[in-house]
Amino acid sequence: MTFQAFIFYSFSAILLFAAVAVITARNPVHAALFLVLAFFTSAGIWIQLQAEFLAIALVLVYVGAVMVLFLFVVMMLDINLARLRAGFWNYLPAGAVVAVLLVFEMGFIVSRGYFGLEGSPAPGPLPSGYSNTKELGRLLYTDYVYPFEIAAVILLVAIVAAIALTLRRRKNSKYIDPATQINVRRQDRVRVVSMPSETSDDAPAVRKEA
Amino acid sequence: MEFLGTLQQLFGPTWPAVWTIAKIVAIVAPLMLAVAYLTLWERKVIGWIQVRLGPNRVGPKGLLQPIADGLKLLLKEIIVPTGASKFLFVLAPVMAIMPALAAWAVVPFSPELVLSNIDASLLYILAITSMGVYGVIIAGWASNSKYAFLGAMRSAAQIVSYEIAMGFALVGVLMAAQSLNLGDIVQGQAGSYGLLNWFWIPLFPLFLTYLISGVAETNRAPFDVAEGESEIVAGFHVEYSGIAFAVFFLAEYANMILISTLCSIMFLGGWLSPFPQSIPVLGAPSVGWLLLKLFLVVSSFLWFRATFPRYRYDQIMRLGWKVFIPVTLVWIVVLGIWMQTPLWVWW
Repeated sequence: MTFQAFIFYSFSAILLFAAVAVITARNPVHAALFLVLAFFTSAGIWIQLQAEFLAIALVLVYVGAVMVLFLFVVMMLDINLARLRAGFWNYLPAGAVVAVLLVFEMGFIVSRGYFGLEGSPAPGPLPSGYSNTKELGRLLYTDYVYPFEIAAVILLVAIVAAIALTLRRRKNSKYIDPATQINVRRQDRVRVVSMPSETSDDAPAVRKEA
Repeated sequence: MEFLGTLQQLFGPTWPAVWTIAKIVAIVAPLMLAVAYLTLWERKVIGWIQVRLGPNRVGPKGLLQPIADGLKLLLKEIIVPTGASKFLFVLAPVMAIMPALAAWAVVPFSPELVLSNIDASLLYILAITSMGVYGVIIAGWASNSKYAFLGAMRSAAQIVSYEIAMGFALVGVLMAAQSLNLGDIVQGQAGSYGLLNWFWIPLFPLFLTYLISGVAETNRAPFDVAEGESEIVAGFHVEYSGIAFAVFFLAEYANMILISTLCSIMFLGGWLSPFPQSIPVLGAPSVGWLLLKLFLVVSSFLWFRATFPRYRYDQIMRLGWKVFIPVTLVWIVVLGIWMQTPLWVWW
């Protein structure tokens, strides 16, 4: 076994373990962390396919941003495990049908046609000046420029829609305009009062009153 | 070299692995030493700024202070809180320091002196440093403590926000240098005018954004609400003691050094000399210049800490989202147009 094969098999084993753990972990935070592990290991496998740009983008986008926000939400939720488990047997038949369908579809694609072992041979050695990033950028901005732009617009609309759906302006919000905050002067906030100091003759009089 | 040849024969086929590990040790060992002495330098600098002496008791002029601190923390007990998730509790400090060290794999010290000269090194740095936030989040959650959790939440939101501005600043660098390779980025700043050729002039808004975001990214004062000792005690690492706490501490300082190094490489010409190349000796590029720049940037971090009061949380978010991100976006467009005109003189 070559070193590359060794790395591939160990990464694949970790990936499968992590993927199974995502759906079997009892604690949602542990499940999310296993998903992070799964993403990271698959990035390692992509690097072996000489797709270093995609691998790094996977780590950057999914591990570095998406999963952080995901964890953020999962940690703040108070998830009642018993209630989640309650509907398990009711949902099982529908879930099983979907799962079988998915496995069948995956097998169909992987076993023949474009995605089979014959369709995608191992990448050969690349010329020395070859840059993965440059090639990808060239394709995205020339041949696929319209699909790329459309995807970008759809994402933008989704962002705006998500904000519009969740934004609720509170009437009693104590928002302060930073510009007015910066423009504050000492005279607006503090008044210096000159008080005559008390002499010892006054002091007993005060005490009597108290 | 003869010595290396003998060693190579001794190890046989395992030589590449052994040689790589030797190079990793050669980078990480001085780095950890630098981290240890950065803590001393910080206490000294802040002491001088506040008209104190700083640590001066342990060893000659207090030079053994970091060693004493490290030994003390090593010997202390690691207390795992009740109800804490033990495995994650121990994993968190490791996750915090891992990115700070792994990023050094692609940092070039001179044209030849780099562990791994990969083409997409800028992207690698972005990807690896974006994982630093996990240490903080996991620590906050696994500690089973309100204060730690609040600190982790604050810090995660802050790091994710500032990462966007930092990423955009790097897009500017990438445009100006026409390369993702850190070595090529430094070479792109070479020229006959010394420091006028560096990218800090055409990318000045991005340079400032990167520097300030770097302070926020490492959770340093004035952006240290994640620790906020007056409100949430010490934030995400409040439950940590002994060496587990020390590892968080080391991670923070290692991150500071890393950010300063990247700043020197991308905006301040890396190993290039600030003097024109025509001047003998002073004009020659060397690792010393990189170390000098790195030292000045790190010291400015300490200076910020001693100078500015802590930001309020909403002000931090406003600065990140409403000031830095628009500034970087606008400057990238300006840069794109500028580079198409004859006024662009940095190549």
